[in-house]
Amino acid sequence: MSKTKTKQEEETLTVKIYIMGSAHEVPASLTIMKAMEYAGFKIKRGAGCRAGFCGACATLYRKAGDYRIYAALACQTQVEDGMVLTQLPFVPAPKAIYDVDSLKPTASSILKFYPEVARCLSCNACSKVCPQEIQVMDYVQYCLQGQIDKAAELSFDCVQCGLCAIRCPAEIPQYHVGMLARRLHGKYNTSTPETLLERVEEIENGTFEEGFEELMSLSKDGLKKRYTERDFVDQKKA
Amino acid sequence: MKMIRGYPEDMRKSIDNVNKTRSKRIDQIIEDLSLEERKDVLDNFHPDYNPKYKRDISWGVNKGDNVPNEVADVIEAYPMVNPNDIDLNQIDYDVNILIIGAGGAGTSAALWANYSGVPKDEILLVTKLRLGDCNTVMAQGGIQAADRPVDSPLIHYMDAIGGGHFENKPKLVKALVNDAPKIIKWHKDLGVMYDCTEDGSFIENPGGGTSRNRMHCSKDYTGLEMFRTLKDEIINKEIPYLEFSPAIELITNETGGIAGAVLYNIETKQYFVVRAKTIILTTGGFGRLHVAGFPTSNHYGATMDGVVMAYRAGAKLRDLDATQFHPTGAAFPEQIVGLLITEKTRSLGAQVLGRNGEQICYPLEPRDVEASSIIKCCAATDNYIETPTQMRGIWLDSPLIEEIKGKGTILKNLSAMYRMMNRFDIDITEDPILVYPTLHYQNGGVELDENCYTSLKGLLAAGEISGGVHGKNRLMGNSLLEINVFGRRAGITAANEYKKKSTVGKLTLAHVHKSIKSLDALKLKDKRYSPTILPEYRSDIVRDRLVQLYEQSL
Repeated sequence: MSKTKTKQEEETLTVKIYIMGSAHEVPASLTIMKAMEYAGFKIKRGAGCRAGFCGACATLYRKAGDYRIYAALACQTQVEDGMVLTQLPFVPAPKAIYDVDSLKPTASSILKFYPEVARCLSCNACSKVCPQEIQVMDYVQYCLQGQIDKAAELSFDCVQCGLCAIRCPAEIPQYHVGMLARRLHGKYNTSTPETLLERVEEIENGTFEEGFEELMSLSKDGLKKRYTERDFVDQKKA
Repeated sequence: MKMIRGYPEDMRKSIDNVNKTRSKRIDQIIEDLSLEERKDVLDNFHPDYNPKYKRDISWGVNKGDNVPNEVADVIEAYPMVNPNDIDLNQIDYDVNILIIGAGGAGTSAALWANYSGVPKDEILLVTKLRLGDCNTVMAQGGIQAADRPVDSPLIHYMDAIGGGHFENKPKLVKALVNDAPKIIKWHKDLGVMYDCTEDGSFIENPGGGTSRNRMHCSKDYTGLEMFRTLKDEIINKEIPYLEFSPAIELITNETGGIAGAVLYNIETKQYFVVRAKTIILTTGGFGRLHVAGFPTSNHYGATMDGVVMAYRAGAKLRDLDATQFHPTGAAFPEQIVGLLITEKTRSLGAQVLGRNGEQICYPLEPRDVEASSIIKCCAATDNYIETPTQMRGIWLDSPLIEEIKGKGTILKNLSAMYRMMNRFDIDITEDPILVYPTLHYQNGGVELDENCYTSLKGLLAAGEISGGVHGKNRLMGNSLLEINVFGRRAGITAANEYKKKSTVGKLTLAHVHKSIKSLDALKLKDKRYSPTILPEYRSDIVRDRLVQLYEQSL
């Protein structure tokens, strides 16, 4: 037995999806998130930026006649007929507490706070589930090998949705591990440019104070003139 | 409808024009507009300058200010809670510093209050959704800081004030540009990964309206990389935070100063009373109010709640007549309409093109001018491209980036953009992106001074909620900067207040009662309630049913 279609549903191309087990007819053009709203859910958990950057809308689904578990960000994925969906808006994976100033960019820094990294089974379930298609297992392995630079770069596009941690048979919180690797790399493996340090010193010495005073005393017309006459040294202009 | 590599067949004809003209355009530079020409295109095509989208505020401190209708709607709305239902004798949280809003500005404020000597347990950070569900994580292109020898904070100052139509508050602009290098150094010390060249210097790009390349970036995940580091630090410092608990009203004391806030747990629907000596408002902007009917690039909770609460308590607002429409929101495919296509695509060389593949304007004008030029092309000419759902847009020629800067530039520098479009089968290294302006940023807001004091005692503000820093139009890369500069300053100011001996006073909601009286006098036709908290996107069928159920229950 199927539900009688409403007028609106008859006029639009629709698909049938299952939200937490119950069937809903929704327009085929929608994302998973918009489809849930169309079906009547007011989302409180499971939506943040709605643009693929915050990781709040991690979603697992299966498709009709397919044994696989798929993963996606609900705001970035179009519905398909027969999708069986569930959202996992929260992954319980405690973040270690550390003082990044007292660490070194080494494997032992990582293992000190996340010893479970050594339990990695190399099953690659984390990489398979990642909605950002990051090679998660590879960066975990780089951490173990002390290649913090590579771990930082490989994990860079992580939106910390936590799906990797929930699929991991070794119970590693990969997205927290990647965070620590990036901070170690950003702080210790690259130097702070001299020009930045010099500029900070100039500002602290009040080098620009006189210039500011002069600019801030200008009338609107004076500012307009100065603005129109400013030079562009980096860009080509007509 | 036949689709070819992500685009419908009939849009492909126009893409062919883009591909054909590319080699001819590679060195072609369109002249940018003079101040007079800018004014002309803004007057005619920017929604800010169209009276039909705006009206005057009818009550309170800023009565008579002309603002978007959607802003007036939430200001001319009743409190969502009856003040008599709140028991102010039952204080649930008693702290020194309450920070409302846990995006970039709120987390910076919390960290700098803590660095400046306020013990963690004297700070409470509260937020509507999760720690970090904010516009900061969605910022892609970069953060400005004048740290190259060829640049200076004074040049940055001129760029910002010209971009803002010379209406910015000078002391705020000075704070913004002069603190910028310090902020980058702070981030570097925390371990934020800014993009560097092989020799270790920062990669710095241009932005619309900047006269020097000073945009520091972390691929096109700049805000995410910055925020997740700040969040990591908040947790490391064990600063207490409450999620899913937006503030819905401020609490005043007998002298009209701010003394706390009422929180609302959006899951259990309980109210909680917080008493605090200093309250820092960092609730962000109004994208989810969909000003002038535009889609938005903003996060789910961007509903201007902080401005509403502050206004009821008597805070002065400014520059809310000015709304930022980002020139390049996605216009295709339908699933992602309005989502941000970062300005960094144009920083790296992408041009904006009409349907014949000819450039329509200089690609790096200040945002309001660029957006207006695109709206003009779509509204006053036939040089636009139409999608199957009748959305109009123009082309952003992303493949040109690889022609100029070499193969692999997009994957390396625009991986978020590549990934987003690729999810819908569009390869932006091969094909252009269809764009149209999207509602992006609240230029104005609560007035503050350079130490983040507002017009109300006990109330500080920082970030997008504030007005004055950007005048009538913000430049790219000055908002990631603003949240850090003014978040930091608010934290330091709050720490100075912490050291002073003073009492909070008796808690009251007298200002809410007073607001209700003012609203009653307006005799509004529609009875609205605010703050909005979350926008409503459920389908009409569902909403109609909910209204029926509600009416039956009365």
